[in-house]
Amino acid sequence: MNEIPVTHILFVSTGLFFIGMYGLFTRRNMISMLMSVELILNSVNINFVVFNKYLYPSRLDGIFFTIFIITIAAAEAAVAIAIIINLFRSHQSIDVDTASELRF
Amino acid sequence: MSIYQIVFYALAAFILGMALLAVTTRKIFRSAIWLLFTLIGVAGLYFWLNVEFIAAVQIIVYVGGIVVLIIFSIFLTEQSGKEMPKTTRGRAVAAALAVVAGFVLTYLLISQYGFYPVQEEFNSEVARIGTDMLRTDGEGFALPFEVVSVLLLAAMIGCIVIAIKPSKQKEHE
Repeated sequence: MNEIPVTHILFVSTGLFFIGMYGLFTRRNMISMLMSVELILNSVNINFVVFNKYLYPSRLDGIFFTIFIITIAAAEAAVAIAIIINLFRSHQSIDVDTASELRF
Repeated sequence: MSIYQIVFYALAAFILGMALLAVTTRKIFRSAIWLLFTLIGVAGLYFWLNVEFIAAVQIIVYVGGIVVLIIFSIFLTEQSGKEMPKTTRGRAVAAALAVVAGFVLTYLLISQYGFYPVQEEFNSEVARIGTDMLRTDGEGFALPFEVVSVLLLAAMIGCIVIAIKPSKQKEHE
């Protein structure tokens, strides 16, 4: 069963995390940034499941963390999109650079 | 190389490739579609890991919920065919450098840390997840379950409050 070393699976989740970081750094569009955050959350979920399965197979904590993270990610996406739509109504744009009233 | 390994490496390449496309493409609607494929790939990884329940939740909540929500908000807020402004070269290079450095550092740490997989049967069938979720003794997750349900309610009300159109009275102020 353990033909794949754990580090190879962690390579995927690390890669996913840093791809999400790249998206957060380069995109200025709020919806794109939200997508990058989803990528990062997914990489964390993979980590939890892999650690649970390979290192602590007698328990289920990682699975539960994953379930709760997915729930909270859904709530977060819904609230974020509500905020984005509200921002679009007042600024006619969802670029983070245009929403600078609270700067400094 | 067994079929088990081939499937894993194919899934890994699929996930990373789609994620890269999702953060680099300049059309936002395509970006959402690449994100959709990334999430499907992650669900495939969960199937490969034999955690079917998480895979199903991933497909239902992420693919069926969040991505659809994102696509709707793209339609509501901008022209989906329009290209996003190009990121400045300096920022792209700096971000790539930071990300590659972070990735190399993290992966060096991971690869040097010895993980010792426990050779033991991993049982994650839905019945076990269900009973553990609602148990109230030391190993149960009844309290986080309740807290998360309150959080969902709060998020729902919050969404309505934020996104609701301001009433006429308020606009006159």
